[in-house]
Amino acid sequence: MKKHIQGSNARDNRERGLSGLAWLSLALLISWLILPLVPLGLWSVSRSWFFPDLLPSSYSLRAWSYVFSTTSEVLPALGQTALIALGSTCISMIIGVPAGRALGLYQFRGKAVIEILILAPMIVPGIAVALGLHVVFLKLGLAGSVIGVMIVHLIPTLPYMVLVMSGIFSNYNPAAEAQARSLGANPFQAFYYVTLPAILPGLIVGSLFTFLVSWSQYILTLLIGGGRVVTLPLLLFNFASAGRNDITGAISMIYILPGILLLLFAARHLTGHNSNIEEMHRI
Amino acid sequence: MSDLALEHLTKVYPGSETPAVDNVSLEVESGSLTALLGPSACGKSTILKMIAGLLTPTSGDIRFSGSSVLRQPPQSRDAVMVFQDHLLFPYLTVGENVSFGLKMRGRPKEEIASAVREILELVQLSGLEKRKPSELSGGQQQRVALARALILRPKILLLDEPFSNLDESLRLEMQALLKSLHTEMKTTMLFVTHDQEEAITLADKIALLLSGRLRQYDIPQNLYNHPKDREVAQFFGARNFISGRVEAGKFDCPLGQIVLPENAPADGRLLTIRPENIVIGSGARSDNSFPATITSKKFLGSQTRLELIAAEQELSALLSPNTAESLQTGTEVIIQLPRQSLWVLP
Repeated sequence: MKKHIQGSNARDNRERGLSGLAWLSLALLISWLILPLVPLGLWSVSRSWFFPDLLPSSYSLRAWSYVFSTTSEVLPALGQTALIALGSTCISMIIGVPAGRALGLYQFRGKAVIEILILAPMIVPGIAVALGLHVVFLKLGLAGSVIGVMIVHLIPTLPYMVLVMSGIFSNYNPAAEAQARSLGANPFQAFYYVTLPAILPGLIVGSLFTFLVSWSQYILTLLIGGGRVVTLPLLLFNFASAGRNDITGAISMIYILPGILLLLFAARHLTGHNSNIEEMHRI
Repeated sequence: MSDLALEHLTKVYPGSETPAVDNVSLEVESGSLTALLGPSACGKSTILKMIAGLLTPTSGDIRFSGSSVLRQPPQSRDAVMVFQDHLLFPYLTVGENVSFGLKMRGRPKEEIASAVREILELVQLSGLEKRKPSELSGGQQQRVALARALILRPKILLLDEPFSNLDESLRLEMQALLKSLHTEMKTTMLFVTHDQEEAITLADKIALLLSGRLRQYDIPQNLYNHPKDREVAQFFGARNFISGRVEAGKFDCPLGQIVLPENAPADGRLLTIRPENIVIGSGARSDNSFPATITSKKFLGSQTRLELIAAEQELSALLSPNTAESLQTGTEVIIQLPRQSLWVLP
């Protein structure tokens, strides 16, 4: 036992010992991601900030009190954005898991064509697709509705989900489900206890992508929502083009929050120490 | 009444013209250990999956104790299947893997705990409940897979090439374990194998399948010594086939008249004798003895193979290396075909 502990210590030390070059590149990467956010944060608490000053000349919480006031649209838009992102994540799971399973596990005629078609939304500009879809959505009564926006968000998000899931399923042995069935599990139990634990890491990654891509949609929401569905990116764009840098900064801070939270959550799950997954399926 | 009966069972996979399983009828005796033997892709695993309910037959019926189970989903059939790759659930510990089936049936915790202890003792894995499958050896993993199925006390245990991924010594150990578990629990067991040796050593009865058809269903000795036709004989390593016809208890062929055993079929056209049963000597001629010439000699380790020619009939004989030592290619010898080792095929 003692030997085992020593062994794991040695490994930890090795992992801690980053070389100078690694530290440098890590620092560069972090500053590349974090530095652009610093001015936004400063804008959100500034009263006046003029060129060429390095820092605002006076500070105020004006922008923040506007953001949280009941008269502004920010909080309803936050809720709307979250609802749409969650909705399209759920729909893309429902479509993406079976589709990924079919593509990952089975060989069938026309498989190559379908794979290319799934990638098509990544190649064709979303605005072109949305313009075409707008007519159809108008006829179906989906234009200007939250559901319509959720569905149109599937265009950029579904490819991520299907690709991730087909990758997961290509390393999956469906005989495990047959084994569970033979041992007395009904189809739901077999899915919950056998399939789900095996695909969960992929499902989390796919959902993260889906959620974040939907969260940051601007063009598709604007075109299909027709101004009636207001999400954070739409508000952000309005304030930015109106030159309200302080409010833009405050909304941006709220806007990036889910991304950071989700990444922290995912990092816990995707480093291989997915103890929560195991706990969830403990029987 | 038998625990398991297959009636005209047929399976044609979609997109395929030839049936994978072709009109197989079979009755498995209660409490027996039966082997489904055949080369790969002969339909034996398909039969097992149909019995377990994992595949739907194209036609035919499957009966457990007389009543059809075709309408029952896999989880309600009293037959549990153990796959070739143990297929342990990697997220669960050994104990949780073994208790999986009882858990799915919603049994109380205390009952499950004592059943797990009992079954792990039976497969000699006591104390490993908390391990993960990845921390076990190949043999231990297969034991867990067996325990996971046996804990349900199924009426029928189905084993799909359970030991074919194990190395030789481990396989022998697992075969012995299976045999003792069978003796102890008296479960009806049906196991699939492509290894005739495994089938002969383990099974009470063997069902030989060749390209989807049941060719012979009998005790191992009969399959080996009294095959039904040439293909069955060839599957069990027979190489000597002499054409001719049966006349008054004797077989008339280019070699001469060969005296047959009393129980030999009376209407055959092909005489067969296993290579290891041909006796080679140079002494006095006795019953069923004929002159022959050795055409080649090959050392096979524990045995030596001699190819012979006698009256234009090619024959193959297996001898112990000691006996074969003095025999050289080109030598004239007297071969004897012992009466009790002969068999006649259609």
